[in-house]
Amino acid sequence: MGKRVGMEVSIAAAEAVKQCNVDVISAYPITPQTHVVEHLSELVANGELDAEFFCVESEHSALSVCVGSEATGARSFTCTSSQGLALMSEITYIASALRLPIVMVIANRTLSAPINIWNDHSDVMSIRDCGWIQFFAENGQDVYDHMFIAYRVAEAHEVLLPVIINMDGFTLSHVIEPIELVEQEKVDKFLPPYQPLYRMHPDRPVTMGGIALPGIFAETKKAQEVALWSSMPKILETWKAFGDMTGRYYNPVETYKTEDAETLLVIMGSFGETASAAVDLMREEGRSVGLVKIRLWRPFPFEEFKKATLGAKQLVVIDRAVSIGGPGGPVASEVKSALYGEVMHPVVYNFVAGLGGRDVSPADFIKMVDKAEIEIEEGNKEGYEIYGVRE
Amino acid sequence: MTKPESEWTWKELPAGTVMLEPGNADQYRTGDWKTLKPVLNKELCIHCGLCYIYCPDMSYNLNAEGYFIADLFYCKGCGICSKECPTGAITMVVEGEEK
Repeated sequence: MGKRVGMEVSIAAAEAVKQCNVDVISAYPITPQTHVVEHLSELVANGELDAEFFCVESEHSALSVCVGSEATGARSFTCTSSQGLALMSEITYIASALRLPIVMVIANRTLSAPINIWNDHSDVMSIRDCGWIQFFAENGQDVYDHMFIAYRVAEAHEVLLPVIINMDGFTLSHVIEPIELVEQEKVDKFLPPYQPLYRMHPDRPVTMGGIALPGIFAETKKAQEVALWSSMPKILETWKAFGDMTGRYYNPVETYKTEDAETLLVIMGSFGETASAAVDLMREEGRSVGLVKIRLWRPFPFEEFKKATLGAKQLVVIDRAVSIGGPGGPVASEVKSALYGEVMHPVVYNFVAGLGGRDVSPADFIKMVDKAEIEIEEGNKEGYEIYGVRE
Repeated sequence: MTKPESEWTWKELPAGTVMLEPGNADQYRTGDWKTLKPVLNKELCIHCGLCYIYCPDMSYNLNAEGYFIADLFYCKGCGICSKECPTGAITMVVEGEEK
């Protein structure tokens, strides 16, 4: 068993990047991502990590550098938040289409305006369809562990896709948690050096990022979509291998006290631990409530999600982003899509909560479950609201 | 020699649509973009090669007789050669209407 150390989650993320022995780090500072790259720049400056650290002038350049370095076969890392991700968004689509296995941590923060540096999922939802594999971490250990998992999945030749690890800003990034470290020898065995399939090299020139005319563009997108779906077995296999190594097993959809539960809370990210506490309180009162946590957002685990939820009467889906002018929150949309084809499926009641860093306590989760159960009982089967807004 | 784009299936594309064969742009017929094509009056040509130098698509090649001739497979008909020719030896004519 690895050493258990109390450390800030951002520092743990940076330490994991170091353990992955990356070749290139390129980033531009933005709250709440800063501690990750600050620590990495220290590690490089102190000679503890032999990597190139690129101080670029924007996030657009940060990811562009990673695209270039990854194309030469260098293991590359970047990290951003919010407006930075928005500025980077153009390149996110390019990295995945060129099949470059970059790993990025997003310290999730809302998007302006009004300006607000705190957590919700608006930033990553703005690039939902960018073609990256996307994990949501529930706690610091998740963030740390998924660095190794992400690079191993990303660099597999049957995958070759970039990976986003979503880490809720402040709620995770700035808290100190006990982190169980993985010994370096184990990491080295789990994550061998990157062997690119194609790379920019003068001995064997290739063209990356060429033009595709209408006669072939659709074929390239089909190939890309199939590649993302095909990553699923590799993700499952990698989680299994990681679990066998550390004892920490991960799943695309995690369940907590869902056995025979009539009502299921559905969440993503750091809501998970608070919602677990709420479920414990409700179970103590004899209420039939469980929790479903979506860990893998892309590719969306439809089968695993249905398996976890189809027995329930109702799902209370708690989003951390709004789809303004749309059907509610993005997670609820996906959940409804997943269930649409089923003859018997639970009613989906959707709340948006925790916007711009507003705390959501166990009591809030209980209130949301109370409200949803009453509304559904009264026949409101299309419920949606932004929770806790003062009228 | 790579095959035309219309013959590729999605399964055959290299990951990331990487082009493994360098220089395959020479298979791309840009010549069908043009409405006007350059016609050389050999009597006026002084073999200076400015058409060859100015052509943005490198369509001009020196032939065995010492004339620079546009390869109409690539020539987009932009007319820069005609504009730059110091003796007015190159005329842009509507394709199919040349005499």
